[in-house]
Amino acid sequence: MNRVNLNIDSIQVSVAQGTTLLNAAKELKIKIPTLCHHEDLCVAGNCRVCVVEQVGSDRLLPACATPVSEGMEIRTNSLKVRNARKTVIDLLVSEHRADCTRCFKNGNCELQQLSSEYLIGEDSYIDLVSLKEYTIDYFSPSIIKDDSKCIRCQRCVRTCDELQAIGALTVAYKGEDMKISSFFEKPMYEVICTNCGQCVNRCPTGALVEHNYIDEVWAAISNPNKHVVVQTAPAVRIALGEALGMPPGNIVTGKMVGALRRMGFNSVLDTDFTADLTIIEEGNELLQRLKSVLVDKNPDVHLPMTTSCSPGWVKYIEHMYPDYLPNLSTAKSPQQMFGALAKTYYAKKMNIEPEDMVSVSVMPCTAKKYEANRPEMHSSGYKDVDLVLTTRELAKMIQQAGIGFESLENEEFDSFMGVSSGAGVIFGATGGVMEAALRTAYEVVTGREVPFKGLNITPVRGMDEVKEATIKIEDALPEWDFLNGVELKTCIAHGLANAKIVMDKVKNGEASYHFIEIMACPGGCLGGGGQPIPTNAAIRQQRSDAIYREDTGKPIRKSHENPEIIKLYKEFLKKPLGHKSHELLHTSYTERNRY
Amino acid sequence: MPKKNLKRLDLIFKNEHDGEKVLMKTLARPAQEIVNYLIISGLKGRGGAGYPTGLKWKLASEAEGEMKYVICNADEGEPGTFKDREILSQVPNKVLVGMAVCAKIIGAHQGFIYLRGEYKFLLQQLNDVIDDFHVWTNKMGMDFRVNIFLGSGAYICGEETALFESMEGFRGEPRNKPPFPTQAGYRGMPTVINNVETLAHAFSIFKYGPEMFKDLGVQDSRGSKVFSVSGDTPIPGIYELEFGMSVQKFVEDFGDGDAKAVQVGGAAGFCVPRKKFVNTKIGYQGKLTGESLPTGGSMMIFNSSRSMYNVLHNYLDFFVEESCGQCTPCRVGTQQLLLGIEAVKKGERSSDYLNRLLDLAENMRVTAKCGLGQSVANSFSSIVENFKEEMIY
Repeated sequence: MNRVNLNIDSIQVSVAQGTTLLNAAKELKIKIPTLCHHEDLCVAGNCRVCVVEQVGSDRLLPACATPVSEGMEIRTNSLKVRNARKTVIDLLVSEHRADCTRCFKNGNCELQQLSSEYLIGEDSYIDLVSLKEYTIDYFSPSIIKDDSKCIRCQRCVRTCDELQAIGALTVAYKGEDMKISSFFEKPMYEVICTNCGQCVNRCPTGALVEHNYIDEVWAAISNPNKHVVVQTAPAVRIALGEALGMPPGNIVTGKMVGALRRMGFNSVLDTDFTADLTIIEEGNELLQRLKSVLVDKNPDVHLPMTTSCSPGWVKYIEHMYPDYLPNLSTAKSPQQMFGALAKTYYAKKMNIEPEDMVSVSVMPCTAKKYEANRPEMHSSGYKDVDLVLTTRELAKMIQQAGIGFESLENEEFDSFMGVSSGAGVIFGATGGVMEAALRTAYEVVTGREVPFKGLNITPVRGMDEVKEATIKIEDALPEWDFLNGVELKTCIAHGLANAKIVMDKVKNGEASYHFIEIMACPGGCLGGGGQPIPTNAAIRQQRSDAIYREDTGKPIRKSHENPEIIKLYKEFLKKPLGHKSHELLHTSYTERNRY
Repeated sequence: MPKKNLKRLDLIFKNEHDGEKVLMKTLARPAQEIVNYLIISGLKGRGGAGYPTGLKWKLASEAEGEMKYVICNADEGEPGTFKDREILSQVPNKVLVGMAVCAKIIGAHQGFIYLRGEYKFLLQQLNDVIDDFHVWTNKMGMDFRVNIFLGSGAYICGEETALFESMEGFRGEPRNKPPFPTQAGYRGMPTVINNVETLAHAFSIFKYGPEMFKDLGVQDSRGSKVFSVSGDTPIPGIYELEFGMSVQKFVEDFGDGDAKAVQVGGAAGFCVPRKKFVNTKIGYQGKLTGESLPTGGSMMIFNSSRSMYNVLHNYLDFFVEESCGQCTPCRVGTQQLLLGIEAVKKGERSSDYLNRLLDLAENMRVTAKCGLGQSVANSFSSIVENFKEEMIY
């Protein structure tokens, strides 16, 4: 590759052609401030905070958008540069409702950080916020959009368009009226938004935040008449530490359990348990569908079957590919299976009245808040999951409770509904559901373990945008002999832009998959919209490594070997896809418009 | 009666009925020779930025791309500019010939005229001319079609990369440069985008040779220029004059005897106060034709009855509305400049605040993403610095 030589702050450097000035400076450990730039997104060059000076050139250059060229002499810290940056930050502050002490993002706001670094004083420009009429869109159970805090960097617009291929957020108007808006300026809950929260994860300020339920959860915990159960999703335990000052890639399962117990939750349980349950139900559903299609030739049964545990994906397919709703597994997500069981089976077992129970979940996700509020999710006779917190909200609550998180001892989940297999853990990573399902389904069909060393089905792992894997079934048990010689074709996609690629292939008849796993967020749940900020490719990889480490360390690696699952079927559900399962663990979907 | 210091030229609007012949003769010449003609002539872009036309065509001809495009920028939106409208009304064939020659040189088969939305009334007559033009090109065996793309009214779409975005169906927002249009323009393909007047001048250069053009004007500002004269003048209108004139001579010819300032280059241009009339010349060297946006020689004369505060307020109002809103310095800076001069005028901020605004304008000039935001400082600083007392009292 061609190298380009240039000089940055009097240091000579040679970088690959096409490198931006921002990254060239990074190689020299020179930090150039940015706002509109995000590693996951295309270059915008909007905010102009990253301007640098090229010696001999009058105008400044945006470091994020300018490729290096031979012989450049760049100054990243000249008087001219500092003045320009300070002016830009000052201007942004003037159009931003800098109500920092009342902001959810206080302490985690990039504009606040830069204002502090550049000493933006009180003697500032004229406040523009008070001159405009802003309304806050807090109608969605997932996302609050406050335009008065928006600095128009368009990270959210690019996220929604590039990563998710949705375009729920877009730029409207021009000049002083320019704003980030939705279709016909409708509130977020009325438009095509999937609530994935990827925009929330990338918003540099408090303009897009999750709808938080922290006070409601504290109130429930403090109510002596309520039994509060909490479930924690697989991807929370490998990211929570980040929001509490620890480096990415730490597994903090035990500390998290300890913290939840100290906070006062009555039962600290695990979504991983119902992840295992999802595998049993969804895996059997897949096998049943294969039989209906391959043997019974039932025209009403559809393949490929797609996963349904990502609520962002579910809403996406409801809007964008409603013809394929019959392909969506009817199995509920682990969160909602858990909720339905908590207020029925668990309540009975623990001798608690379900109306006295508050069911809380901690999720890496903002769409889970929406999912819990879906009208279908009342199969216990109550709202199955009452309150959903993001990883970030839990971190905030741990801080509020004054818990020294890093020094906590590791603790175990409560039982019942606290034991999980490694298969449940890997739900948090793209490909994890597929791997967990294959570990079980293959064994159900053949009586043997999947033919991969250490049960690690590596072809379905990793961060490739779309992954395909084929498993040939041989020597099936008599009951499944129709699958003998069948090559089970699977496909995995993460991020809705990639889901679109896969679904278009299916729609155009270019692919003949049997089973498709789709997660709405890049990297799967570990990169969810409710995860600690920042999230980027390197951090996603570290979280993923942690998840697979957690899996490897588990004594049980297969969902169907989870003793609590076995017991659950014996005591309560009787059999997969049985009557009780259909009542509590399966759901239906709704066709939605594209606008 | 106004004087007549300045020679009136009649190159652009001279009705010449030999468009077909000029095209045929020019196409017969080697491409290299035509490019050299343009380079020798010293023709620079008449939209205001002043990029050498020959060089632009040369770069596009050398660029690689599956497709290439020639675009005529007729999104004439600079306040006080109305000459492209006249050129397209009176001598559209010259523009089309310019486009066709460019197409041959760079290897384009498709051309567009991006016509300002407000010029919709020209659509029918232009399409008729284009139909006739296609008959010529067909006869010459040339594979080149021109279509008109009608703009929708945003000033920013006159900025070349915002224009491409607009044509591609997106919001009219400027792109990052590099890449430049000659490398990646419309649809990401090498594109030559020229102002209407530039293409019409190219016709004259093809017909009469480069020397004739080069003999007009001064040093780096060669040829003639079409000026749109408005404001406090007894003879508003469109005039073709030689580059290099002083504002003094211009005012003597066009003013009403009481001129106190001339705004050169529209809202994006500079204000020249009376005391600088003698020493200010119109041409690229003095950077006085407006730097980057399609200003193209707007000359607005203000006499002593005019409040320069109101003039500036009007320009800023315009920018506050017409900024695309994409980059911080332009979106927020324009609002702050407008609110700032209002606050000083009302006494809500001290006159010192004007210095802060001048500093802001300078920072906008060096940090804004495109010519719009960069050029706000031109009018702002030249008006505030030269008419400070009018801003305060």
